[in-house]
Amino acid sequence: MRSGSNLEKVLEDGRFAVTAEIGPPRSADPEPIRKHARDMKGSADAFNLTDNQTAIVRLSSIASGVVCLQEGIEPVIQMTCRDRNRIAMQSDVLGASALGIRNVLCISGDHQVFGNQKEAKNVYDVDPVQQLMMFRKMRDEAQVWGGDKLEEAPKLFLGAAANPFADPFEYRVRRLSKKINAGADFVQTQAIYDMDRFERWMAQARELGLHEKAHIIAGVMPLRSHKAAMYMKNKVSGMIVPDAVVDRLRTAADPKAEGVKLCVEQIEHLMSIEGVHGVHIMAVAWEEIVPRIVRDAGLLPRPSVREAIVHPYHS
Amino acid sequence: MIIAEQKGIEELIGILEGHKDILVVGCRSCVAICLAGGEKEVGVLSEALRLHSDMRSKGWNISEVTLERACEKEWAYELDQLVEGKDCVISLACGVGAQVIQELFPDVRVVPGLNTSNMGAPEEQGVYNEKCGGCGDCVLHLTGGICPIARCAKSLLNGPCGGSQEGKCEIDPEVPCAWDQIYHSLEKLGRLELMDVPIPPKDWGPSRSGGPRKMVRSEAILTDEQNRMKGGKR
Amino acid sequence: MRIIALVCSFCGYASADMAGVTGQSYPASVVPVRMPCTGRLDVSHILSAFRNGADAVMVVGCLEGNCNYQYGNIEARKRVEQARGILAQLGIDGERVEMFNIASNQGWRFAEAVKEMEGRVLRLGPGPVRR
Repeated sequence: MRSGSNLEKVLEDGRFAVTAEIGPPRSADPEPIRKHARDMKGSADAFNLTDNQTAIVRLSSIASGVVCLQEGIEPVIQMTCRDRNRIAMQSDVLGASALGIRNVLCISGDHQVFGNQKEAKNVYDVDPVQQLMMFRKMRDEAQVWGGDKLEEAPKLFLGAAANPFADPFEYRVRRLSKKINAGADFVQTQAIYDMDRFERWMAQARELGLHEKAHIIAGVMPLRSHKAAMYMKNKVSGMIVPDAVVDRLRTAADPKAEGVKLCVEQIEHLMSIEGVHGVHIMAVAWEEIVPRIVRDAGLLPRPSVREAIVHPYHS
Repeated sequence: MIIAEQKGIEELIGILEGHKDILVVGCRSCVAICLAGGEKEVGVLSEALRLHSDMRSKGWNISEVTLERACEKEWAYELDQLVEGKDCVISLACGVGAQVIQELFPDVRVVPGLNTSNMGAPEEQGVYNEKCGGCGDCVLHLTGGICPIARCAKSLLNGPCGGSQEGKCEIDPEVPCAWDQIYHSLEKLGRLELMDVPIPPKDWGPSRSGGPRKMVRSEAILTDEQNRMKGGKR
Repeated sequence: MRIIALVCSFCGYASADMAGVTGQSYPASVVPVRMPCTGRLDVSHILSAFRNGADAVMVVGCLEGNCNYQYGNIEARKRVEQARGILAQLGIDGERVEMFNIASNQGWRFAEAVKEMEGRVLRLGPGPVRR
């Protein structure tokens, strides 16, 4: 066990993992996170806390992760390369580990032009591949980047993001391979709507044996309406939403129910693809729907590996 | 070359508050090529400021000159007589030229007439693209001759982020994705395998992060004797 | 009132001449200034005209496609736009400057153009600098 995290245990046990996303509030009040945690507890093996997603200032992912620990659910903290240099990254990962956080997702982060701090200076001292190299060295060699010894190595289960819907398509899997070679233990993908393209991407990943080197967790995002689908299609970079998906929601009598149904079908489809080891549910601003989706997909109860969680608040 | 553009005249008028004898200084190098601070632009700005002065009875006395290359002391010294009696120099040279002029003439206030932007090249007349980030440790041999430091919005070194779609960057559909360009350049060069080489965290020491950079070419430095023979170092 | 007409040596000047030859009446406030081609126009010429007391400036070149130097009049149109941007920053209405493309035999159009500019000055008031 690299980290002893619940997520690591589920995946290493060969069980189909479920992760879900929690968007921290634009507020100093942790209550929304606690509420999501209570609502979703037992529905997923670990919960991603986004790191100022779309470059909008929010409660920090590490602090949100600690709130999750207090509520007895396991966090995956996301960490962008946008806001921290290598000093801050390594320091924060030590801090996160010290607080009982075990899963870290390494990402480049949405560019600040999307957010509410457009005038910010971005950092990008390291990119996500280099971030993984650095964190792996910290964990496996108990050294910070550059070689100085750490008295205590952080316990980390390292994640990378992959977007099968970005371009150049023929390079995407090789980019993932770079991330896995750099240290990614698990991979969470962008939300999948275009199943054909995802299947082609997975086939390439299997060809390189990536599904055996890291745990690929496929992303899904339930949609509440055809407007939400149009928004994803037109406004969110790196997304492909086929017209069939938009039309299905537009013509549905009850779009919300149809959105849930669609998401459950997607999960069932993804479970049938060789090399997909889990599903990551990103119910942005619709977190309360997650338990129902997980239930309808037949993924309950979640494996009981609670003893694996190591954190200072509930030990 | 250095790419720059003129500051708005309103901003410049604000900066000039309290001055009277003003010298507008241009440069015939980079900023003339990007049509920001050459002789022509010096003429137009000077005339606009004169018009403003006449409209508001400011009594500004505005003269103009364009140097061959403002960033070199030898050329910038040509201002020697011209700055006499002036209380302000508006530099239409890049930020480098402006500083050299200020250094040479510490008694007169040098104000920037340009916003200096980047190291780039004209794509066509009137269109200038940033090309080089001046990081001090070139990787163009690994990246198909396209700089990811300057041309990728996130300065990524290991391939395109998830926001690259149809060759465009996530920040703006008008901006090409540098890594998409790198991929296709390496493809044409038959060197796609370079896309798989992991590049470790970069040493930013040679970049601006390491503090202001100074380069010394000892073999080029003139001896005291040479300086005497050449008529003296000023 | 003073309207400066920066006219090219070809159609611009000839149309002003033709206006006279054909007995068109137009305001006496216009002062034609002949230049080889409107392609020689510089933004500073327009600014100078205003600084020297002009109430409006009109630039008159050949019809587009008919420039004796191929595209001098197209350059001139861009210079006029550029000048408007600068005038706006100085608080001067961009309508005080206009580009006209008039053929040498269109004296009546030259007269109309001057009337148009006179109308604008009457509407906008005197120019930015009184001399």
